[in-house]
Amino acid sequence: MSSKQKLNIKGRAFKFSDSVDTDQIIPARFLDTSDPKILASHCMAGVDDEFASKVKPGDIIVAGKNFGCGSSREHAPLSIKGCGISAVVAESFARIFFRNAINIGLPIIECSDFNTNTGDEISIDPEKGHIENITTGDVASFCEFPEFLSKIIAAGGLMEKAKEGNSGE
Amino acid sequence: MSLGRKIYLKSVKDKKKLKPGKFIEIDVDLILSNDITTPPAIDAFNQSQIGKIKSPEKAVIVADHFTPNKDIDSAEQVKKVRNFAQEWELKFFGAGCGIEHALLPEKGLVVPGDITIGADSHTVTYGALGAVASGVGSTDIAYAWVTDKVWFKVPEAIKVILKGKLQPHVSGKDIILYLISLIGIDGALYKGMEFCGETLEELSMESRFTISNMVIECGAKYGIMEPDDKTIKYVEKRAQRPYLPLPDKYSIKEDNDFDEVMEIDCSLIEPQVAFPSSPANSYPVSSIQKVEVDQVVLGSCTNGRWEDFVKASKIIKGRKAKEELRFIVIPSTAAIYKKMADEGLLSVFIDGGAIISPPTCGPCLGGHMGVLASGEKALSTTNRNFVGRMGHKDSEVYLANPEVAAETAVRGYISVPQ
Repeated sequence: MSSKQKLNIKGRAFKFSDSVDTDQIIPARFLDTSDPKILASHCMAGVDDEFASKVKPGDIIVAGKNFGCGSSREHAPLSIKGCGISAVVAESFARIFFRNAINIGLPIIECSDFNTNTGDEISIDPEKGHIENITTGDVASFCEFPEFLSKIIAAGGLMEKAKEGNSGE
Repeated sequence: MSLGRKIYLKSVKDKKKLKPGKFIEIDVDLILSNDITTPPAIDAFNQSQIGKIKSPEKAVIVADHFTPNKDIDSAEQVKKVRNFAQEWELKFFGAGCGIEHALLPEKGLVVPGDITIGADSHTVTYGALGAVASGVGSTDIAYAWVTDKVWFKVPEAIKVILKGKLQPHVSGKDIILYLISLIGIDGALYKGMEFCGETLEELSMESRFTISNMVIECGAKYGIMEPDDKTIKYVEKRAQRPYLPLPDKYSIKEDNDFDEVMEIDCSLIEPQVAFPSSPANSYPVSSIQKVEVDQVVLGSCTNGRWEDFVKASKIIKGRKAKEELRFIVIPSTAAIYKKMADEGLLSVFIDGGAIISPPTCGPCLGGHMGVLASGEKALSTTNRNFVGRMGHKDSEVYLANPEVAAETAVRGYISVPQ
């Protein structure tokens, strides 16, 4: 995952507003399974019924503030990852969604001043902390995660870290 | 040093590591999950092939969301969870035992000074007992099963001072809705909230649970209250583990080491109603235009405790819910259900036209037992009114306290008792 995370990410943007909650990302009526493929087929059903049929592997979600607020359901990032979304860019993330994404290895990027419309081509260079809207020429930068989180990501997720043994604080 | 950080200290011995923004890995006292969030934790546990749960006695699983099971898929999920609990000898509460955040305090499974994690965002409820309790995800649960640990970013802490005498028909629900409307849905994002003040001292444990329960609706990591005599009275007859009432006679009120301080004059708060689709969208019920509703839900981890039903029953007694309105009453634990039967409250509600449901999260998340059709409106004592939360995307949820719920059930439109 570490090498994968460091690779440039390129994809088509799907734009969402502020405070997209996890009930919108995956409504509770679909929580009777933990299978990422089935969850993916209902991804974003609370906002856009057709998202799951429109999205292609590699696409990027770009959202406003407080993305993933509400319930702790890990099914939300699982469904996004299951669609093949290559990264979620948001002004800010709700804290449980944030940790779930880190824990399961869904690339997320916090970036506050990046302008995008649905359909724009986006390129992200995680190494340089650089994000570009190829369609409009708009660019922005973001900070790398602190070392603690980078280690979880580098390990390939939290359970991989557990396997490596407790590396302590 | 805030109470949250003081409690973290029992696991992280070095104070310097507890600066806000630093990452820590700490031992947890209790690891909670439910019928929806346990299956992905089991998947993560199995995929890791670690094959050992470090402290089975710390794990608690409550099947409360889609139970009694609503369909075959949810029954299969609970079967998977129940079998896993049996195999690893984990504490398991099945259908009807209760809603996790009402059940665990009642059973004395969370005590003051605990570090609790739960794969359910309303795990923050236990802050009312003086525990640092935070919602996490399913992989966090799997990780805690095998290591006893969780990772956290040390949060900044906000001191919230509650002062002033409450108006009639105002309770914990109104205080927290009012507070969320002041600071917004991400107003405490990544931060700990620590409550104190004369109003808090007067509040019942039920109202305190309601306040802590909803701190997640403004993004908070935890919402803690320092244990006082009421807390100890509640805990001492229930506690399943020894506990320390407070480190060094600590007092949130006297502590000046907070990143932010807020003072709320609770005497100004009227009974609130949060309009769709945000818990921050709150107004005094007295200020709103007529909103007719199709359904009223009285229950949940937010407002399904004994006092909630006592207050609502006083409003409904001798009256009847409006015809065609669905008035759904859900005791949050089997013990509360029994007490309602023993003390005649069930009769009051049934005579008042209510449908009594067994303990379940059911309608709160649009699961079952009260799902809304398109265009329908519900007034609910639950915690979230997001788009489609209780059913169809074009249905609406309004949040309020139990007394407003009961009065609304009778009148058919959102109203405060006179």
